[in-house]
Amino acid sequence: MTVISQPPRRPSDDRLKRALREALLAGLISLGMFVLYVGLQTTQDIRNQLVLNQRWGLLAILVALAVVGRFLIVYLLGPWFAARKAAKAARAVGAEAPPQNFLRRNVGWIALLALMIFPMAMLWLVGPQKSLKWVDNYGVQILIYVMLAWGLNIVVGLAGLLDLGYVAFYAVGAYSYALLSLYFGLSFWTLLPLAGILAAFWGIILGFPVLRLRGDYLAVVTLAFGEIIRLVLINWTDVTRGTFGVTGVPKASIFGIWSFDFNAANSFGKLFDPELRRPTLNSAYKIFLFYVILAMCAITAMVTIRLRNMPIGRAWEALREDEIACRSLGINTVTTKLTAFSIGAMFGGFAGAFFAARQGFISPESFTFHESAIILAVVVLGGMGSLFGIAVAAVVMIGGTEALRELHFLKTLFGPEFTPELYRMLIFGLAMVIVMVLKPRGLVSVRNPTAFLHERKAVSSAFTKEGHG
Amino acid sequence: MEYFIQQTINGVTLGSVYGMIAIGYTMVYGIIGMINFSHGDVFMLGTFAALIMFLILTSLVAGMGVAAMLLVMMATAIVMSSLWSWVIERIAYRPLRGSFRLAPLITAIGMSIVLSNFIQVTQGPRNKPIPPMVTEVYAIAGVTISLKQILIVLITVVMMTAFWYIVTKTSLGRAQRATEQDRKMAALLGIDVDRTISITFVMGASLAGVAGTMYLMYYGVATFSDGFIPGVKAFTAAVLGGIGSLPGALLGGLLIGLIESLWSAYFSIAYKDVATFSILAIVLIFKPSGLLGRPEIEKV
Amino acid sequence: MTQATEEGRLSGDEVLRVEHMTMRFGGLIAINDLSFSARRGEITALIGPNGAGKTTVFNCVTGFYKPTMGRILMRRSGGAEFNLERMSDFEINRDARVSRTFQNIRLFTGLTVLENLLVAQHNALMKSSGFTVLGLLGWRPYKDAAKEAVEKARYWLEMINLVHRADDPAGDLPYGEQRRLEIARAMCTGPELLCLDEPAAGLNPRESLELNTLLRAIREKHDVSLLLIEHDMSVVMQISDHVVVLEYGAKISDGTPRHVQNDPKVIAAYLGVEDDEVEEVLEEIEEVAEEATHGHQGGQPTGDAR
Ligand SMILES: Nc1ncnc2c1ncn2[C@@H]1O[C@H](COP(=O)(O)OP(=O)(O)O)[C@@H](O)[C@H]1O
Ligand SMILES: [Mg+2]
Repeated sequence: MTVISQPPRRPSDDRLKRALREALLAGLISLGMFVLYVGLQTTQDIRNQLVLNQRWGLLAILVALAVVGRFLIVYLLGPWFAARKAAKAARAVGAEAPPQNFLRRNVGWIALLALMIFPMAMLWLVGPQKSLKWVDNYGVQILIYVMLAWGLNIVVGLAGLLDLGYVAFYAVGAYSYALLSLYFGLSFWTLLPLAGILAAFWGIILGFPVLRLRGDYLAVVTLAFGEIIRLVLINWTDVTRGTFGVTGVPKASIFGIWSFDFNAANSFGKLFDPELRRPTLNSAYKIFLFYVILAMCAITAMVTIRLRNMPIGRAWEALREDEIACRSLGINTVTTKLTAFSIGAMFGGFAGAFFAARQGFISPESFTFHESAIILAVVVLGGMGSLFGIAVAAVVMIGGTEALRELHFLKTLFGPEFTPELYRMLIFGLAMVIVMVLKPRGLVSVRNPTAFLHERKAVSSAFTKEGHG
Repeated sequence: MEYFIQQTINGVTLGSVYGMIAIGYTMVYGIIGMINFSHGDVFMLGTFAALIMFLILTSLVAGMGVAAMLLVMMATAIVMSSLWSWVIERIAYRPLRGSFRLAPLITAIGMSIVLSNFIQVTQGPRNKPIPPMVTEVYAIAGVTISLKQILIVLITVVMMTAFWYIVTKTSLGRAQRATEQDRKMAALLGIDVDRTISITFVMGASLAGVAGTMYLMYYGVATFSDGFIPGVKAFTAAVLGGIGSLPGALLGGLLIGLIESLWSAYFSIAYKDVATFSILAIVLIFKPSGLLGRPEIEKV
Repeated sequence: MTQATEEGRLSGDEVLRVEHMTMRFGGLIAINDLSFSARRGEITALIGPNGAGKTTVFNCVTGFYKPTMGRILMRRSGGAEFNLERMSDFEINRDARVSRTFQNIRLFTGLTVLENLLVAQHNALMKSSGFTVLGLLGWRPYKDAAKEAVEKARYWLEMINLVHRADDPAGDLPYGEQRRLEIARAMCTGPELLCLDEPAAGLNPRESLELNTLLRAIREKHDVSLLLIEHDMSVVMQISDHVVVLEYGAKISDGTPRHVQNDPKVIAAYLGVEDDEVEEVLEEIEEVAEEATHGHQGGQPTGDAR
């Protein structure tokens, strides 16, 4: 008799088995989770009574996705992640070399230059009518969020204070501009600074009592403040006109020299061909707004970068790392937090005033908690503290969800009732969760030191602890 | 006077629901120091589970008794919210233990957005009304009290007693308290910390499921956005009672319920949510340890 | 700023006086009616078994806890006096010039070593930057002040032998270097009283030696008094001028290292003896004490490892 040697069990057999088991389990769990909510849909019938629609196909697809996804994660991605982790650990994460090449060092200036050309390029490429979409829906909207996220970044990213009511300051800015310009006829350029100052003022008033709270309590209190302000806007109808909102908010002018009102004596439209006036004036206004918000963003970035290199900015970052240590070094943490909070609020206020001038209409609807969450998501995704990462996140997330609206093929795929806008918040929420779990420091997770003795080395986020208080 | 008593009864009913949701916040905060922001939406999932089960029962099983129907709905809601909460803890919160301070809270906010929008996408954004299930109303000395109000208070009392027993008298409760005080030490002593935390989430979620069923029965309507405001109110209740304290959560819930109904009755219904939010801010600013919580001096 | 009232003047050579201080946490009395004082220019050591309340004393002195009862007086070299128990933590550092380190190191781990030392000069830099406004506009004197701050940081980096690590994240340093960096950071605030909470804990012998050198250098070159919590008796005996011994929140001995070393109560406390056995042990101690007076170093009581 010869001994037949068993083929040695390969580790991948085990892995395959485990992957299959896990996949099956994932399938069962997802079946349990989705069977009611996806498999059945509550809809109103003709008599306005609730009835159930059955959607077993969709349920099957979701469960299959869970099974396949889990299988792939365990079987393929798991080993890959483990290998990468091991490699990373071996590579002794320390200081990393700073980006050396010209392109990466001057990315801010290059981006600014590109954005300056952008509206003209669009005008030239797709014509005045179509360029509106690019300049306004994409350009201006994204830049508003960039500005808001950069403002919130001072509070959350630098000082480590989770502010869930940031939109309140946006609202203060918007209503300041809308109401003061309507009731007192003040111009955009007087009210823009005023809106920022008022928002900062509110930041101080709201911040002072709460900034000694621990981080998560602070988050909840700011959420409460945000909601209180929104509810006041809704209910104080004499002044704010409640849920109807404020209509006819005046447009911004070119520093009071030219107006964008068609009928005004100094209308900018008078400079154009009589036949083309109205549409051209509209396009011109959008392009003008684009440059205004671009300038506002540039100022925000410049101020943030400068502040970060000042004692106050360094104290913010120290505060984020360890509040108790800061106090032991004689830093008045309340005023330090207050400066971060109010400067962040101020930028929110600027953005709000701009928003009101751009929309011509504002209502409390625009200032819900969801809006705060979107801004927070952009900051979180970009990598707290990194202006560049945040800007990229804003382009991807805001631009991406804006693009969802235009994907008409989705409608043919999922039926005519499919409304992609509904998925916007779902995507934001998922992105927040996934990024937090996989890469809690966001896309850009290295920090540039504010001072150096020998050479500037970027600091990996692995050292940032953000532990206490 | 009758009006006042009437409003008090309404307030207690509402407060019972808030109290049951608040337990979930308080237990999770007690054990891992995290504000489980998505808990309100888990409650909303419970409401929807009960709603869908109600529709299944009415369309498939003709002539089922109301009591049996409520029981089945409640069981479904408990299973659904527990399952979801368990999965959420596993995939979204557990990997973040030991991450930086704000990470779990940010994730929980993301999760809350995911849950409410998931229901919005799958079930549609409209209000979902159901025909009234329990209609009996009793009038005593000019005050009306409905059977559903009695049911809610009764079920709350039963659930709270059961929870009180589990948390104070069983080994599970001991494991929870040990984990709460010193997670490393508890692990060294052979307590399965991960499992204890999971169970805590599930326990909170199952109460949220019960609360969801009660909410549906009481108001007869469900919406995808129902997680947010009741969630914040329940959290306020937990903070007001002293976060980490079970009796505190119930007490806080009752107080918030009473304040809300009396405020709406005597002041202005428009500002009733402002009242809750203001209480939240005021309590956190002036007495963060709440009514029944122990004040803590942060160890340096 | 809270200037001390006339009745409680400290004598000229006193820098800190704690009077009848009690600290309660709920039912727990962590410190019970403690009084002691520290003299200017000296190293005062606070010793005692684990849980005796040493760190709590520090936290009260530096304002992180408010004592339930009692007074804490601090006198600066100029003669200004402060009631520390009425001041908040950051004012105690900023105005009374008391600086501290922590038992569990609290560096800004994600900032570089240099940045840690710059954060410590925050108040001075804030002033010279015109509270940020002037600095933001590129004011000349601020730029000079910023350069000076870096020089001061460089000086302290030289003192702790860490110049070559200046641009690395503080969290990347080995434990012993983190301890020294924390001390340097505390010194960068320009203190007159420096409180060190177990600076030698967890150090290897070489690092311990470096620490001793550092403390001596600080004392020689800088006008600063030290308050020191330490478990390592060899460190205490070698460098301190005055020792206060705590047990269960109460003072059981106070005097020169030699005096304390021979105090039967101290030995009993460190050996962990029941009260009724003290008599017994006292006799044994007589002998030990005798040996000690003859210059033996071996019979010292040693603290537990933490
Ligand atoms: N913030 C606090 N809350 C409750 N108890 C505390 C706190 N800080 C210290 N304690 C208690 O006070 C006692 C003394 O602690 P500590 O001062 O740290 O001792 P030591 O530093 O001498 O080892 C201990 O029993 C400790 O548990
Ligand atoms: Mg100690």
